[in-house]
Amino acid sequence: MSLVKVTIDNIEVEVESGTTILNAARKIGGAVVPPTMCYYSKLEGSGGKCRSCLVKVAQGSTKDPRPMPKLVASCRTAVMDGMVVQNITSPEVMENRRAITEFLLLNHPLDCPVCDQAGECHLQDLSYEHGLVDTETVEERRTFAPIDIGDKIKLHMNRCILCYRCVMVADQLTDQRVHGVLGRGDHSEISTHITKAIDNDFSGNMIDVCPVGALTDKTFRFKSRVWFTKPFDAHRDCPKCSGKVVLWKKGDEILRVTGRKDKYGELEDFICNDCRFEHKENTDWTIEGPRKIERHSVISQNHYEKISKPEIQDNNS
Amino acid sequence: MFAHQSIPVTMAQQILLNNIKVPGLASFDVYRKLGGYTSVEKTLKNFTPDEVTAEVKKSGLRGRGGAGFPAGMKWGFIDKSTNNPRYFVCNFDESEPGTFKDRHIGQLNPHQLIEGMILGSYALGARTSYIYIRGELFYVLRIIEKAIEEAYANGFLGENILGSGYSLDLYCQPGGGAYICGEETALIESLEGKRGNPRIKPPFPAIVGLYDCPTVVNNVETISALPWIMNNGADAYSAIGIANSKGTKLISACGHINKPGIYEIELGLPVEEFIYSDQYCGGIRNGNKLKAVVAGGSSVPILPAELILKTAKGEPRLMSYESLAEGGFETGTMLGSGGFIVMDDTTCIVKNLLTFARFYHHESCGQCSPCREGTGWMEKILQRIEDGRGTMKDIDLLVGISKHIEGNTICPLGDAAAWPVASAVRHFRQEFEDHVKLQRCPLSK
Ligand SMILES: Cc1cc2nc3c(=O)[nH]c(=O)nc-3n(C[C@H](O)[C@H](O)[C@H](O)COP(=O)(O)O)c2cc1C
Ligand code: SF4
Ligand code: SF4
Ligand code: FES
Repeated sequence: MSLVKVTIDNIEVEVESGTTILNAARKIGGAVVPPTMCYYSKLEGSGGKCRSCLVKVAQGSTKDPRPMPKLVASCRTAVMDGMVVQNITSPEVMENRRAITEFLLLNHPLDCPVCDQAGECHLQDLSYEHGLVDTETVEERRTFAPIDIGDKIKLHMNRCILCYRCVMVADQLTDQRVHGVLGRGDHSEISTHITKAIDNDFSGNMIDVCPVGALTDKTFRFKSRVWFTKPFDAHRDCPKCSGKVVLWKKGDEILRVTGRKDKYGELEDFICNDCRFEHKENTDWTIEGPRKIERHSVISQNHYEKISKPEIQDNNS
Repeated sequence: MFAHQSIPVTMAQQILLNNIKVPGLASFDVYRKLGGYTSVEKTLKNFTPDEVTAEVKKSGLRGRGGAGFPAGMKWGFIDKSTNNPRYFVCNFDESEPGTFKDRHIGQLNPHQLIEGMILGSYALGARTSYIYIRGELFYVLRIIEKAIEEAYANGFLGENILGSGYSLDLYCQPGGGAYICGEETALIESLEGKRGNPRIKPPFPAIVGLYDCPTVVNNVETISALPWIMNNGADAYSAIGIANSKGTKLISACGHINKPGIYEIELGLPVEEFIYSDQYCGGIRNGNKLKAVVAGGSSVPILPAELILKTAKGEPRLMSYESLAEGGFETGTMLGSGGFIVMDDTTCIVKNLLTFARFYHHESCGQCSPCREGTGWMEKILQRIEDGRGTMKDIDLLVGISKHIEGNTICPLGDAAAWPVASAVRHFRQEFEDHVKLQRCPLSK
């Protein structure tokens, strides 16, 4: 693979050709990484839908330095050698990102105080970082009654932002998919095929990939605010999946089991429903130690890390 | 069921609507007697596929589906380096509000379309081709299916056409009847049997199209012009029209004119002549004053009377790609798909815009957030203003929303929803303000 150079917000990085702008930015890390609501590196064909990762291409490539006429979805646009990208350095990008945030919130209830996803929610983060203090909308939001899709998952369609990630999980991880998108436009909804329940070894991953609180784990719902739980990395010998999970404990009680996520909130491994829903005893697991949670998350509050003090050199000895 | 047959049709140039009034034209025998399929005989014998593409390029034919992209150039992008099959697909979705020309060809002259399909398929090296037709046009589907059967029976489709060694299978496939299925990548998804959601581009269909193979999608009218071009030559075609607008164009004219109908015009005809001459629209109904025109189907910017008749530079506006676009989106518009909607001075622009907005809201596929949410938001604000519940701030909010949709969506449906809004407020702001001030539509009794 040949390497290409791309400059994002004045920082140059070298990546393999074919890499997307988003992944090039992730290689740099920090503030130049565009937000993502629908892209999910582990799901084939994801991205391109929410438009929250739009960036400006100020120079197409060394060969063709013309700027691209429109903002592009960084999660679906490949870099070219000599490409110059503006993300947080472009007022146009920031203005449009704010607008996208407002679009995403237009039909979203913002019921964070009662939502199980609060503290882990990408829309909450996006609104905090890019939203307006005031809303310009006076429109009524669309409402749906929550429904059980299967015995372990509850769908709160009100909160869904139609990122399609769960549809892709169902498509790519489970056989005999029975759930998808119904309807068009802002009448679209995630649903199961007529009255079918989702009952499949890997269906629980839909909960983990949902960026908002639309798909929730019925074995955990309302048991605790997530920041009151303590996450531990743990594993078990599982014949179906890697068995590598995070246990979310309150005291000694395991309240929830999820997959392990990277710093972009994406699962490292998909886990099976057995690990997720059926193993809530401490004896089921080998606990590796406390889970490190990214600093900016509310979950990391009060999880102090021990600082190793540098040794004091005694120059007189 | 055949209500469309009563639409008056005028023929200035005899390219697309030639013989359209001949009884029984939809049958193979009548069509053939009038010289039908001669272009296939001529082309398969005398032209290589690349020579056909070159001829179409030279003719200056531009896509008639809306964007006006040069047809030959589009064919030139097809990836011929792979061993994968290639597909030629006819876009017979005809979904643009105000545009009703393609169904006319399909219903009355299906063999002309099939003849064009054979020529295009040959040029691209397609072994299988599809006519994707809007599901609601079931009666046209039946007519086309019958014509396809006749073409097979007479050796113009199937194995080894006219002994040339070239074989082609042609299918007519009804779609689900959603506006978005007219967008070429959504059409391809739908043709593959999936939900008609547009794909993210690139890759473009010429590289990754139907069943992930190189594909060209062209409009019915574009394809129907091919037999004439191959029979008469590229030079004869490019002698018709002006500048970079060559040949003839079907215009479906509707609204407040004396003679709504489908007209074949030579590109370059002055707009004023098109609206007022008896040969075409015959002037405004009841002798009323012209207020505004949407020139190319509901998705293009609306222009007030003074700017549709003359450009901002004071030159006569012509029915051509360049002239209609003169002035950009500030003072110009687009030829689009040729859906010419005329409004007289009894028209409420806000109400008219609300109708358009409701359509785009209803038809958004819902994949991307600016379009899914923004189209609905614009409709609600327009409804408020029309009902007399709007505020002055709502007018700017509308423009702001349209700006944030435009260019930020997966496919141009978002732009199609945004442009009419931005242009209507630009040119008719007073009317929006009057709604707010009077708290009702100023034109309602
Ligand atoms: C929302 C939307 C709807 C469209 N509907 C149609 C249609 O009904 N018929 C059509 O020919 N093109 C339609 N188009 C344009 C097609 O995507 C495509 O450009 C066209 O079929 C190409 O044909 P041409 O090159 O012959 O113009 C639509 C585009 C969009 C964005
Ligand atoms: S999904 Fe996120 S933003 Fe929405 S209510 Fe729940 S926590 Fe709040
Ligand atoms: S339910 Fe969640 S994962 Fe599924 S489309 Fe909605 S927001 Fe995305
Ligand atoms: S993350 Fe790129 S469009 Fe959603």
